[in-house]
Amino acid sequence: MACRTLETVGITSSLRARLKRGLLFLFSGLTLRCSAVFAQAASPVPNIFKPESTPADDIQRLSVFVLIITALIFIVVFSLLVYAITKYGRRRGDDGSEPPQVYGSNQVELAWTVVPVLIVLVLFLATARVIQSVQEAIPPASAVQVTAVGHQYWWEFRYPALGIVTANELHVPVSDRGRPTPTYIKLLSADTDHSFWVPQLAGKTDLIPNRINSMWIDPHATGMYVGQCAQYCGTQHAKMLLRIYVDTPEQFADWVAAEKQPAQASDDVAAGRHIFESTACVNCHAVTGTMADGRFGPDLTHLMSRATIAAGAATNTRENLKLWMRSPDAIKPGSLMPAMNLDDHDLELLTAYLESLK
Amino acid sequence: MSSESIALAGVREPSRPLGLLIHSWITTVDHKRLGILYILYSLLFLVIGGIEATIMRIQLIVPHNHFVSPQFFNQMFTMHGTTMIFFVAMPILFGFGNYLIPLMIGARDMAFPRLNAFSFWMTAFGGLLLYFSFVGGNGLYGAGAAPDVGWFAYAPLTAKTFSLGHSTDFWTLSIFVSGFGSIGVGANFVATILCMRCPRMTLGRMPLLVWLYLITAVIVLIAVSPLTAAQAMLCLDRFVGSHFFDTQAGGSAVLWMHFFWIFGHPEVYILVIPAFGFMSEIVPVFSRKPIFGYPVMVAATVAIAFISMSVWAHHMFTVGMNSYGNTFFVLTTMIIAVPTGIKIFNWLGTIWGGKIIFKTPMLFCLAFLFQFLCAGLTGIMLGAAPFNWQLANSYFVVAHFHYVIVGGILFATFAAFYYWFPKMTGRMYNETLGKIHFWLFVLGFHLTFDFMHIPGLLGMPRRIYTYEPGRGWDTWNMIVTLGAIVQGIAILVFVANLLYSAFEGKLAGNDPWDAWTLEWSTSSPPPEYNFPVIPEVRSRRPLWDVKHPEDPDWLYE
Repeated sequence: MACRTLETVGITSSLRARLKRGLLFLFSGLTLRCSAVFAQAASPVPNIFKPESTPADDIQRLSVFVLIITALIFIVVFSLLVYAITKYGRRRGDDGSEPPQVYGSNQVELAWTVVPVLIVLVLFLATARVIQSVQEAIPPASAVQVTAVGHQYWWEFRYPALGIVTANELHVPVSDRGRPTPTYIKLLSADTDHSFWVPQLAGKTDLIPNRINSMWIDPHATGMYVGQCAQYCGTQHAKMLLRIYVDTPEQFADWVAAEKQPAQASDDVAAGRHIFESTACVNCHAVTGTMADGRFGPDLTHLMSRATIAAGAATNTRENLKLWMRSPDAIKPGSLMPAMNLDDHDLELLTAYLESLK
Repeated sequence: MSSESIALAGVREPSRPLGLLIHSWITTVDHKRLGILYILYSLLFLVIGGIEATIMRIQLIVPHNHFVSPQFFNQMFTMHGTTMIFFVAMPILFGFGNYLIPLMIGARDMAFPRLNAFSFWMTAFGGLLLYFSFVGGNGLYGAGAAPDVGWFAYAPLTAKTFSLGHSTDFWTLSIFVSGFGSIGVGANFVATILCMRCPRMTLGRMPLLVWLYLITAVIVLIAVSPLTAAQAMLCLDRFVGSHFFDTQAGGSAVLWMHFFWIFGHPEVYILVIPAFGFMSEIVPVFSRKPIFGYPVMVAATVAIAFISMSVWAHHMFTVGMNSYGNTFFVLTTMIIAVPTGIKIFNWLGTIWGGKIIFKTPMLFCLAFLFQFLCAGLTGIMLGAAPFNWQLANSYFVVAHFHYVIVGGILFATFAAFYYWFPKMTGRMYNETLGKIHFWLFVLGFHLTFDFMHIPGLLGMPRRIYTYEPGRGWDTWNMIVTLGAIVQGIAILVFVANLLYSAFEGKLAGNDPWDAWTLEWSTSSPPPEYNFPVIPEVRSRRPLWDVKHPEDPDWLYE
């Protein structure tokens, strides 16, 4: 059962093969991997040292500064420690006498108090500057405003000015230095605490019920950036994944235009639509332009415009859609999506309807 | 003084039937027996918590693993964290304090022996309550056996809405109950240290370990109280329907965070300051020099205690505090590096110019110095709020605090185990096994926790039961898991050594380390009354004065 599920969701390698490959890495390529890890080119690795947005840039610059200072401290203290251990070990054939009893030295102790105070002062000032620049940034008029609502194990994204509601995959325009179009995100929660974290674009900020938080990004390069919920929020915290698609201005305009359309109504899938609207689906899901206006689950108006389902837990394929409706626990055990208990025939029709929601 | 106690060394209690023996341990109010009970109880939970950690690491060895269910994984990290902090680290340090403080200040027992017993049994009851959740947690809902809300149990996940059944009730009650035990210990330590010192032991002549336990006890009184209050509020929320943390009825999730971390950060110092105490006793003896800069060591610890009360919200840099709040907590957090740095330098100063003896306790102390240095430096990184926005709740943080708690506190505690084992049992541990334990544990520790930093930098959040392949996390997680297994083997060596040596080890004598504090002047193990004659001291190292009458310490202090 478990194996079948894995294959359907699209994971190919077995445990055994992975173990073997991992051990191979461990013994042969460890050093190589170590040096390569921070230098990987465009890849889905959400490396905090590969920033592509101003807040993440600022953080990275501060991080490197802090790393250099701490590395220097480490080298000094570690050298002293190693020197003391090698120099002052009791020698073979020691006469057993006690070494000179030294109780302390005010001058030396003053020195190793004052020097750290100065280091702390420098670090504090550098840090305070970045806090100001990230937290006190004022949104320009051209900023895109998004509201992100954390739900147990998925993300709701609303663009109030554009009248768009979508889920799990956020689209934002690339921000040019000459013509900045940053995205300001208002963070809310519908249930428990969550945290919005896409490492290459910004640090994380929590989504807390009864509280309004905010953050901003201004991605410099187009592409897809991955992240995920970073505050434990319940059983399926692990599969509350997050994608940000950074589009060119033209792509973004096209995407907005498409998302603004109500759902396409095709007679071919009327039977599936009837099933959708006459079962519990509509209690939780909305499809614009129909009577389905549930808000507990993701908006499905343009479901097929998204690459994944179940907050990134599975790719958005016909097979996975069916599996997700038949037995959500096979993809994401503990998610709040119920098994729909439809027979195969109805499931086919319903899947066809969902696939028409382009 | 020492010659009198040596004369009593041969006196052992006559053996008694098993039933009476157990009865005597359960009803004991002797600080040494309670100390040993605390330590054994913590060791049991250390093994349980270690098994929970191993289960998590096996689950994470490869992406999309199916070793355990998400529900079970979430229970495991909750139980692991709660167990290790509240039922291993705190009681083990209380145990050493209980055992050592009266002996080191030349007293015959704690100030309140019955409160002492009460505190231990409250802590023990708390641990049992927590683990009883495996039996009783389901309630009528079938909602999952053990708590799965995380060890800091953020609201509103703990509200009835999100946590059905009784597992969270068991969690909060166990912290509530053991909190009373901790507060009892705090009061007892303060009273004992302030009132029970032997003649002429002024505050300035107390062994550093006693000073540090005094400061720890004060922090316990200040910090555990809000935690206990918060548990009372959570109980009211869950049982009576109040709304302190119930966000759906207008309660505040952030309020819980403040309550928890105003306890949670001082808690780090509750744990690490006794570890500093072990260092400050063991490093001098094995370097054959007095501690470097005693007054500054005391002052630095008092400073740490004060500042530790004002840093709690650095655990909350990502909850959306305004920039001024964040800046304030950056400042306080970074300042704490100064007194901590002073301590590290003073231990270095103690080693400097000495004649270091590389016995197992000293090896653990030297590893502590190195690892605590690294932990402090990653702490500075986390203290820089913007860097923290990236690192918070990632595996980097997990690696950092394990560096503090395992690399620092547990290493120092192992040093203490080996150092005072001869005093507690009257027998020497096996040095070869001790060194095997040390090197295996160092290897396992570094495999696990060095490499655990990296997936955090690559965006891997903590508390996820599985992860996506292809994000650059796979190899690191595999190394981390292998390291955990090596650590497990090392712990087996340690336990085997303790068990074997307690019964079969060589007789240790009163003072196997040629040490300088009062506990080494009485027999090993000490009689119930500790000292036949209450000692009198003239300096911080009374036994040095006895052994070197030509050059006593009191000439220089």
